[in-house]
Amino acid sequence: MSRCLGLFMLILCMVPGLAVGSVPATPNADDPSLEARLNHLAEDLRCVVCQNESLAESRASLALDLREEIRGMMRAGLSDDAVVESLVARYGDFVLYRPPVKPLTYVLWGGPLAFLLLGLGLAAATLHRRRRSGPQPGIDPAALREAARLLRAEDSTVPVAPSEIVGADSGTQFQEERTSP
Amino acid sequence: MRRWIPLLVFAALAAFLYLGLYLNPKEVPSPLVGRPAPDFTLPVVGNPGATFSPADVRGEVWLLNIWAPWCSVCLEEHKHLPRMVAGRVPVYGLTWKDLDREAAPLLARNGSPYVIAVDDRDGRVAIRYGVTVTPETFVIDRDGMIRMKHVGPITPAVWQAKFEPLLGELDA
Repeated sequence: MSRCLGLFMLILCMVPGLAVGSVPATPNADDPSLEARLNHLAEDLRCVVCQNESLAESRASLALDLREEIRGMMRAGLSDDAVVESLVARYGDFVLYRPPVKPLTYVLWGGPLAFLLLGLGLAAATLHRRRRSGPQPGIDPAALREAARLLRAEDSTVPVAPSEIVGADSGTQFQEERTSP
Repeated sequence: MRRWIPLLVFAALAAFLYLGLYLNPKEVPSPLVGRPAPDFTLPVVGNPGATFSPADVRGEVWLLNIWAPWCSVCLEEHKHLPRMVAGRVPVYGLTWKDLDREAAPLLARNGSPYVIAVDDRDGRVAIRYGVTVTPETFVIDRDGMIRMKHVGPITPAVWQAKFEPLLGELDA
């Protein structure tokens, strides 16, 4: 499966424009700490060409270039925040994999919470309405006893004539049941 | 009425998804619009002894078109660009990552739509301009400010809808 996916990615990268015949950014073996910093930072940055990959994952040419650019800035002594800031200045918030919380993104961040609250509210309202709208089916034993008593009382006062019952078989059954207690 | 609510919710969702089909995810708003065009000094394609820098065209409205010899859409755009621009503004080319040095012979063969094309071989200047795909075109005003960024080829419809009005506004 992962081989299949890998092959698919490879084919994608062959589409002109997504990948160009490029010199890979030189891995910086002589400074592992800088490389670790770069990789950590690149996890949170978007590859702007292959939009759903992070800069750390992507092998696209522009992603390699951007990593090289970040290396250069780090070598020049820029802090992680300053590096991110300079990338945002060129590519916008889009380059951030985790969008910042600001007026433009309130809906994005608050949306799921709003929907959760909406769902809870609807559920509460429905339960409340059900509780108020009369007795639940077949619950209260007192009510059942009361119903049984009423049925018996009805029995004695309004006898059902056999002629009123459709079907002779069920009629006799019915009568037997009713007379047995 | 109540029983129509799920249908209405579904219809609203479907409408958003349908509209989403026509959005271009490559059209990322550029934070550079309204900011000064990043400075650079790069060698000129076909004349490596000379250089070009945005400072050279200060006081002019100009277009910076990012292209690459390996980008077929850019080459198609080259064919139509001069007719649309019609000499109204100078167009400068930024040649992105021409690793195989094809740009100079290609422009000589096909005819160059640019006043000058510069050679950004390692792509560092393009990164400063926040380039993600080719072609991209920036409109830069007399004060050296970026006024618009267009992602993708300029078609006659795009030229009329986006470029003409802005150039009129910039008095170019």
